[in-house]
Amino acid sequence: MSGRNLFTRPARLAAIAPYGWMVLFFLVPFGFVLKLSLSQVANAQPPYLPVFDLGAGWQALVAAAGSLSFDNFRLLLSDDLYLLSGLRSLTVATTTTALLLLIGYPIAYAMSRLPRRWQPLAMMLVIVPFWTSFLIRVYAWINILQHDGLLNQVLLALRIVSAPVVWLSTDTAMYIGMVYSYLPFMILPLYATLSKLDPALCEAAADLGSSPLQSFWRVTLPLSLPGVGAGALLCFIPLVGEFVIPDLLAGSDSPMIGQTLWLEFFTNRDWPVAAATAVMLLVILLLPLVIYDRFQRRQMVRP
Amino acid sequence: MSARRFNAMSRFNVAALALGLAFLYLPIVILVIYSFNASQLVTVWGGWSLRWYVAFFNDEAMLAAAATSLRVAAVSATLAAVLGTLAALALTRGERFKGRTLFSGMLYAPLVMPEVITGLSLLLLFVALGMERGFWTVTIAHTTLTMCFVAVIVQSRLGAIDRSLEEAAMDLGCGPVRAFVAVTLPLLLPAIAAGWMLAFTLSLDDLVIASFTTGPGSATLPIRIYSEVRLGVKPMINAICALMIGAVALTIVTASLATKLSGRRGGNAAPM
Repeated sequence: MSGRNLFTRPARLAAIAPYGWMVLFFLVPFGFVLKLSLSQVANAQPPYLPVFDLGAGWQALVAAAGSLSFDNFRLLLSDDLYLLSGLRSLTVATTTTALLLLIGYPIAYAMSRLPRRWQPLAMMLVIVPFWTSFLIRVYAWINILQHDGLLNQVLLALRIVSAPVVWLSTDTAMYIGMVYSYLPFMILPLYATLSKLDPALCEAAADLGSSPLQSFWRVTLPLSLPGVGAGALLCFIPLVGEFVIPDLLAGSDSPMIGQTLWLEFFTNRDWPVAAATAVMLLVILLLPLVIYDRFQRRQMVRP
Repeated sequence: MSARRFNAMSRFNVAALALGLAFLYLPIVILVIYSFNASQLVTVWGGWSLRWYVAFFNDEAMLAAAATSLRVAAVSATLAAVLGTLAALALTRGERFKGRTLFSGMLYAPLVMPEVITGLSLLLLFVALGMERGFWTVTIAHTTLTMCFVAVIVQSRLGAIDRSLEEAAMDLGCGPVRAFVAVTLPLLLPAIAAGWMLAFTLSLDDLVIASFTTGPGSATLPIRIYSEVRLGVKPMINAICALMIGAVALTIVTASLATKLSGRRGGNAAPM
């Protein structure tokens, strides 16, 4: 018994290094984003004002703090570009998450029905693509979807279309790329929940006279909802801020918020507006977290 | 009897699995096949050839970027393995300490945080600290992201290890640290190795965070690939991507072999 207590102290000491690292390199940087979102762009190095110089004394710091303003957020709210890109991010992320659920659920369900000894292999096969680069996976689709790419060649050969279809720089291409890239993230939590379900429950439903479809609808699906929630959240949040996929596969007329941030930072070199966009993105991301939290609490209240 | 009926694969299940796996693998397979295309045109098949691999190994800039990427990945994965393991230990073994919720929050948030935010915020920190951007800033950024993945992997393994083994060692007179190093750490090694490899591949793959935190002269391979891809498909990029896929496949095979070997010694840890 005493051994259990003994180990907690070294374990607490183990926390120091990673804790310090994450505070310095994850938590503190958000403070800089917040501060920068209240600054003004300047033709200087670094390209913003004011710069807090700790060596310049208290007076200078106070003066610098006084010149912070909400101008960037006023710009964000007044220019349609930013609001539209925020809105588009939400639409795209919601649509993709729905598609992922529709496609991922049957696959996860089939995996959970495999004979036990095949399941680790199936899981491995789903995980492996997750290890290959996002960029490579998107690039693979550019190969297939380009004007004289494989898809058009096949469609033409089968006489399904009479002229090459434009796939690249369309929303279709972007959705294909997103579903493709995020599918493992959706399948794994779904599979984790589904594989833990007791088959006896479905048998009981069948014994009581329900058809396989009914027992799926009334037993399996409701019990797998936690997996659905986890998978949806795991995909939705990074999807909202996605940059690579829309940048390479979608058209350029309506950027997602991640693209807007990238554009402000790298092309316009307006770091303060980029930071304000990041703050807006963070606020948008809090929304699904709050919904998920509500959902989970309701699950807990229900017997 | 009825148990078998419910476990049996219906035609629908087989179709879902087959289509799903085909969807996941076909694009990658096609990419690899086309990397051996002799033709100058990416879409016309001109017979098998290694010319684009040769082209890559003659491209100084691409090779330099690949070398930078490998160095960043090796250093950041090693740092991440150490820090991630410590974090997993603290979370599973240090039952309660001040700020534990904040700690686990900080470890899980980067897993889903959009990379544009992580990249931008780290860049601002480096600028504020007056750090020159280059190899080390990218390495630190990648460590920050990948140590969270290591922590998750090691934590799940740590939870599965029977603690009575360690307690037995302590009953036999080992100190707690000694008992951990002699008993638990060897059992944990496959998970740490798997974590290291995941960290390595994640670092090798990352475009967005590296773009924000890199400086002149230390462009990583994904950054160079991205700037090429924006201009269209090029056969040489196919070859580079195929090489990267090959490296990842090799890593996974090694990881699963290592897991199998250690699995014989007790328990099993998936490479994720």
